[in-house]
Amino acid sequence: MRRDIFQAIADPTRRAILVLLAVQAMTPNALAEHFNTSRQAVSKHIKILTECEAVNQQQTGREIYYHFNPKKMKEIDQWMDSFRKLWEDKFDQLDDLLKNL
Amino acid sequence: MAHQTLIKRDLPNKKLYVTREFNAPLEKVWDAWTKSDLLDKWWAPKPWKAVTKTMDFTDGGIWLYYMFGPTGEKHFSRGIFNSIVPQQTFSYDCKFCDEEGNTNDDMPGMYWHNEFIPTPTGSKVEVTLSFNTEAGAMKIIEMGFEGGFTMGLSNLDELLEA
Repeated sequence: MRRDIFQAIADPTRRAILVLLAVQAMTPNALAEHFNTSRQAVSKHIKILTECEAVNQQQTGREIYYHFNPKKMKEIDQWMDSFRKLWEDKFDQLDDLLKNL
Repeated sequence: MAHQTLIKRDLPNKKLYVTREFNAPLEKVWDAWTKSDLLDKWWAPKPWKAVTKTMDFTDGGIWLYYMFGPTGEKHFSRGIFNSIVPQQTFSYDCKFCDEEGNTNDDMPGMYWHNEFIPTPTGSKVEVTLSFNTEAGAMKIIEMGFEGGFTMGLSNLDELLEA
Protein backbone atom coordinates (compact mmCIF):
# COMPACT_ATOMS: atom_id res chain seq x y z
CA MET A 1 0.00 0.00 0.00
CA ARG A 2 1.28 3.41 -0.95
CA ARG A 3 1.88 5.64 2.05
CA ASP A 4 2.05 9.40 1.99
CA ILE A 5 2.10 12.30 4.35
CA PHE A 6 -1.67 12.74 4.13
CA GLN A 7 -2.24 9.33 5.65
CA ALA A 8 0.20 10.28 8.38
CA ILE A 9 -1.88 13.24 9.52
CA ALA A 10 -5.33 11.82 8.75
CA ASP A 11 -5.58 10.32 12.24
CA PRO A 12 -5.79 12.31 15.51
CA THR A 13 -3.51 9.94 17.46
CA ARG A 14 -0.86 10.17 14.77
CA ARG A 15 -1.10 13.94 14.79
CA ALA A 16 -0.64 13.91 18.57
CA ILE A 17 2.42 11.67 18.18
CA LEU A 18 3.87 14.10 15.63
CA VAL A 19 3.31 17.03 17.99
CA LEU A 20 5.18 15.18 20.76
CA LEU A 21 8.02 14.20 18.46
CA ALA A 22 8.33 17.72 17.06
CA VAL A 23 9.45 18.80 20.53
CA GLN A 24 11.88 15.96 21.16
CA ALA A 25 12.84 12.50 19.92
CA MET A 26 11.23 9.73 21.99
CA THR A 27 11.25 5.98 22.44
CA PRO A 28 8.07 3.98 21.67
CA ASN A 29 7.58 3.32 25.38
CA ALA A 30 7.84 6.97 26.31
CA LEU A 31 5.37 7.80 23.52
CA ALA A 32 2.89 5.15 24.61
CA GLU A 33 2.74 6.66 28.11
CA HIS A 34 1.05 9.72 26.63
CA PHE A 35 -1.90 7.75 25.31
CA ASN A 36 -4.71 5.75 26.86
CA THR A 37 -4.72 3.24 24.04
CA SER A 38 -2.75 0.00 24.08
CA ARG A 39 0.96 -0.06 23.39
CA GLN A 40 0.24 -2.12 20.26
CA ALA A 41 -2.09 0.56 18.95
CA VAL A 42 0.58 3.20 19.44
CA SER A 43 3.16 0.93 17.77
CA LYS A 44 0.87 0.56 14.79
CA HIS A 45 0.59 4.33 14.44
CA ILE A 46 4.37 4.69 14.73
CA LYS A 47 4.77 2.08 12.02
CA ILE A 48 2.46 4.00 9.68
CA LEU A 49 4.25 7.26 10.48
CA THR A 50 7.57 5.59 9.65
CA GLU A 51 6.20 4.22 6.38
CA CYS A 52 4.95 7.70 5.53
CA GLU A 53 8.44 9.03 6.35
CA ALA A 54 6.89 11.50 8.76
CA VAL A 55 9.28 10.14 11.41
CA ASN A 56 12.70 8.47 11.27
CA GLN A 57 14.05 5.95 13.73
CA GLN A 58 17.51 6.04 15.20
CA GLN A 59 19.18 3.45 17.37
CA THR A 60 20.87 4.90 20.47
CA GLY A 61 22.41 2.15 22.57
CA ARG A 62 19.66 -0.38 23.21
CA GLU A 63 16.85 2.08 22.59
CA ILE A 64 15.17 3.14 19.39
CA TYR A 65 14.32 6.82 19.24
CA TYR A 66 11.79 8.30 16.84
CA HIS A 67 12.56 11.67 15.27
CA PHE A 68 10.18 14.10 13.61
CA ASN A 69 10.89 14.67 9.87
CA PRO A 70 10.01 18.30 9.12
CA LYS A 71 11.02 17.96 5.47
CA LYS A 72 8.20 15.51 4.84
CA MET A 73 5.69 17.77 6.55
CA LYS A 74 6.51 20.47 4.00
CA GLU A 75 4.74 18.33 1.40
CA ILE A 76 1.47 19.33 3.03
CA ASP A 77 2.25 22.99 2.50
CA GLN A 78 3.27 22.27 -1.06
CA TRP A 79 0.00 20.51 -1.59
CA MET A 80 -1.93 23.39 -0.06
CA ASP A 81 -0.12 25.69 -2.48
CA SER A 82 -1.37 23.59 -5.41
CA PHE A 83 -4.83 23.62 -3.91
CA ARG A 84 -4.64 27.39 -3.60
CA LYS A 85 -3.45 27.70 -7.19
CA LEU A 86 -6.39 25.61 -8.35
CA TRP A 87 -8.82 27.98 -6.67
CA GLU A 88 -6.99 31.09 -7.81
CA ASP A 89 -7.19 29.89 -11.41
CA LYS A 90 -10.89 29.21 -11.07
CA PHE A 91 -11.55 32.59 -9.52
CA ASP A 92 -9.48 34.38 -12.16
CA GLN A 93 -11.71 32.73 -14.75
CA LEU A 94 -14.72 33.91 -12.79
CA ASP A 95 -13.30 37.48 -12.72
CA ASP A 96 -13.07 37.40 -16.52
CA LEU A 97 -16.59 36.06 -16.81
CA LEU A 98 -17.99 38.71 -14.45
CA LYS A 99 -16.43 41.48 -16.52
CA ASN A 100 -18.57 40.43 -19.47
CA LEU A 101 -21.83 39.75 -17.65
CA MET B 1 -6.06 43.48 -10.04
CA ALA B 2 -7.18 40.07 -8.88
CA HIS B 3 -8.23 39.66 -5.28
CA GLN B 4 -6.48 37.31 -2.94
CA THR B 5 -7.95 33.89 -2.27
CA LEU B 6 -7.90 33.12 1.44
CA ILE B 7 -7.79 29.47 2.42
CA LYS B 8 -7.95 28.19 5.96
CA ARG B 9 -7.89 24.55 6.94
CA ASP B 10 -9.35 23.16 10.11
CA LEU B 11 -8.65 19.47 9.73
CA PRO B 12 -9.61 18.41 13.27
CA ASN B 13 -13.10 19.79 12.53
CA LYS B 14 -12.96 18.43 8.99
CA LYS B 15 -13.47 21.83 7.39
CA LEU B 16 -11.83 24.03 4.80
CA TYR B 17 -12.67 27.70 4.35
CA VAL B 18 -12.18 29.53 1.06
CA THR B 19 -12.87 33.28 0.84
CA ARG B 20 -12.62 35.53 -2.20
CA GLU B 21 -13.77 39.03 -3.13
CA PHE B 22 -14.95 40.07 -6.58
CA ASN B 23 -15.20 43.44 -8.32
CA ALA B 24 -18.71 42.72 -9.44
CA PRO B 25 -22.11 43.30 -7.86
CA LEU B 26 -23.53 40.49 -5.79
CA GLU B 27 -26.33 39.69 -8.26
CA LYS B 28 -23.81 38.84 -10.97
CA VAL B 29 -21.63 36.77 -8.68
CA TRP B 30 -24.70 34.92 -7.44
CA ASP B 31 -25.72 34.13 -11.03
CA ALA B 32 -22.22 32.89 -11.85
CA TRP B 33 -22.44 30.40 -8.98
CA THR B 34 -26.00 29.27 -9.54
CA LYS B 35 -26.66 29.17 -13.31
CA SER B 36 -25.28 26.19 -15.15
CA ASP B 37 -24.38 27.99 -18.40
CA LEU B 38 -22.23 30.41 -16.37
CA LEU B 39 -20.82 27.75 -14.03
CA ASP B 40 -19.66 25.74 -17.00
CA LYS B 41 -17.54 28.71 -18.07
CA TRP B 42 -15.43 28.94 -14.91
CA TRP B 43 -16.01 26.03 -12.51
CA ALA B 44 -13.25 23.83 -13.91
CA PRO B 45 -9.66 24.99 -13.68
CA LYS B 46 -8.02 24.97 -17.12
CA PRO B 47 -7.41 22.82 -19.09
CA TRP B 48 -10.41 20.97 -17.64
CA LYS B 49 -13.94 21.95 -18.59
CA ALA B 50 -17.06 21.71 -16.50
CA VAL B 51 -20.08 20.41 -18.40
CA THR B 52 -23.51 20.43 -16.78
CA LYS B 53 -25.86 17.62 -17.78
CA THR B 54 -28.78 18.75 -15.65
CA MET B 55 -29.24 21.39 -13.01
CA ASP B 56 -32.30 22.21 -10.94
CA PHE B 57 -31.38 25.04 -8.60
CA THR B 58 -34.12 24.56 -6.00
CA ASP B 59 -34.11 23.04 -2.50
CA GLY B 60 -33.71 19.30 -3.07
CA GLY B 61 -32.83 19.87 -6.74
CA ILE B 62 -29.91 18.14 -8.40
CA TRP B 63 -26.81 19.38 -10.22
CA LEU B 64 -25.27 16.64 -12.34
CA TYR B 65 -22.09 17.68 -14.13
CA TYR B 66 -18.77 16.35 -15.21
CA MET B 67 -15.24 17.55 -15.44
CA PHE B 68 -13.96 17.01 -18.96
CA GLY B 69 -10.24 16.37 -19.04
CA PRO B 70 -7.66 17.31 -21.67
CA THR B 71 -7.34 13.67 -22.77
CA GLY B 72 -11.06 13.04 -22.92
CA GLU B 73 -11.67 11.74 -19.39
CA LYS B 74 -14.97 12.51 -17.70
CA HIS B 75 -15.45 12.67 -13.94
CA PHE B 76 -19.05 13.02 -12.86
CA SER B 77 -20.28 14.69 -9.69
CA ARG B 78 -23.75 15.04 -8.27
CA GLY B 79 -24.81 17.84 -5.95
CA ILE B 80 -28.12 18.15 -4.11
CA PHE B 81 -29.05 21.73 -3.21
CA ASN B 82 -30.58 22.86 0.04
CA SER B 83 -31.07 25.97 2.20
CA ILE B 84 -31.26 28.33 -0.78
CA VAL B 85 -31.80 31.97 0.22
CA PRO B 86 -31.62 33.95 -3.04
CA GLN B 87 -28.68 36.39 -3.26
CA GLN B 88 -27.46 35.28 0.18
CA THR B 89 -26.61 31.66 0.68
CA PHE B 90 -26.99 28.11 -0.55
CA SER B 91 -25.63 24.70 0.34
CA TYR B 92 -25.20 21.43 -1.40
CA ASP B 93 -24.10 17.89 -0.77
CA CYS B 94 -21.61 16.75 -3.35
CA LYS B 95 -20.51 13.26 -4.29
CA PHE B 96 -18.72 11.60 -7.14
CA CYS B 97 -21.06 9.53 -9.29
CA ASP B 98 -21.51 7.80 -12.63
CA GLU B 99 -23.06 9.47 -15.66
CA GLU B 100 -26.57 8.61 -14.51
CA GLY B 101 -25.91 10.30 -11.17
CA ASN B 102 -25.58 7.10 -9.14
CA THR B 103 -23.21 7.98 -6.33
CA ASN B 104 -20.18 5.96 -5.37
CA ASP B 105 -20.27 5.42 -1.63
CA ASP B 106 -16.63 4.39 -1.50
CA MET B 107 -15.70 7.94 -2.32
CA PRO B 108 -15.75 10.65 0.31
CA GLY B 109 -18.56 13.18 0.11
CA MET B 110 -18.35 16.84 0.90
CA TYR B 111 -20.78 19.48 1.96
CA TRP B 112 -20.61 22.98 0.53
CA HIS B 113 -21.99 26.05 2.22
CA ASN B 114 -21.61 29.29 0.23
CA GLU B 115 -22.33 32.76 1.58
CA PHE B 116 -22.58 35.87 -0.61
CA ILE B 117 -21.87 39.20 1.05
CA PRO B 118 -21.97 42.68 -0.53
CA THR B 119 -18.84 44.83 -0.07
CA PRO B 120 -18.13 48.51 -0.90
CA THR B 121 -16.32 47.43 -4.09
CA GLY B 122 -18.45 44.49 -5.14
CA SER B 123 -19.03 41.29 -3.27
CA LYS B 124 -17.43 38.52 -1.28
CA VAL B 125 -18.02 34.79 -1.29
CA GLU B 126 -17.26 32.65 1.75
CA VAL B 127 -17.17 28.92 1.10
CA THR B 128 -17.18 26.40 3.92
CA LEU B 129 -16.39 22.83 2.93
CA SER B 130 -17.21 20.10 5.41
CA PHE B 131 -16.24 16.48 5.14
CA ASN B 132 -17.67 13.42 6.83
CA THR B 133 -14.34 12.07 7.91
CA GLU B 134 -10.83 13.39 8.26
CA ALA B 135 -9.68 10.73 5.87
CA GLY B 136 -12.30 12.04 3.46
CA ALA B 137 -11.01 15.57 3.81
CA MET B 138 -7.46 14.47 3.21
CA LYS B 139 -8.47 12.26 0.32
CA ILE B 140 -10.29 15.07 -1.41
CA ILE B 141 -7.43 17.46 -0.85
CA GLU B 142 -5.05 14.81 -2.08
CA MET B 143 -7.13 14.19 -5.16
CA GLY B 144 -6.97 17.77 -6.18
CA PHE B 145 -10.18 18.35 -4.41
CA GLU B 146 -12.49 18.60 -7.33
CA GLY B 147 -14.45 16.42 -9.68
CA GLY B 148 -12.14 13.45 -9.38
CA PHE B 149 -8.76 14.75 -10.34
CA THR B 150 -7.14 11.42 -9.76
CA MET B 151 -3.78 12.65 -10.90
CA GLY B 152 -0.97 12.64 -8.39
CA LEU B 153 0.74 15.61 -6.89
CA SER B 154 3.43 15.82 -9.54
CA ASN B 155 0.93 15.63 -12.38
CA LEU B 156 -1.03 18.43 -10.85
CA ASP B 157 2.09 20.56 -10.47
CA GLU B 158 2.85 19.96 -14.12
CA LEU B 159 -0.70 20.81 -15.04
CA LEU B 160 -0.62 23.98 -13.00
CA GLU B 161 2.62 25.12 -14.56
CA ALA B 162 1.37 24.50 -18.10
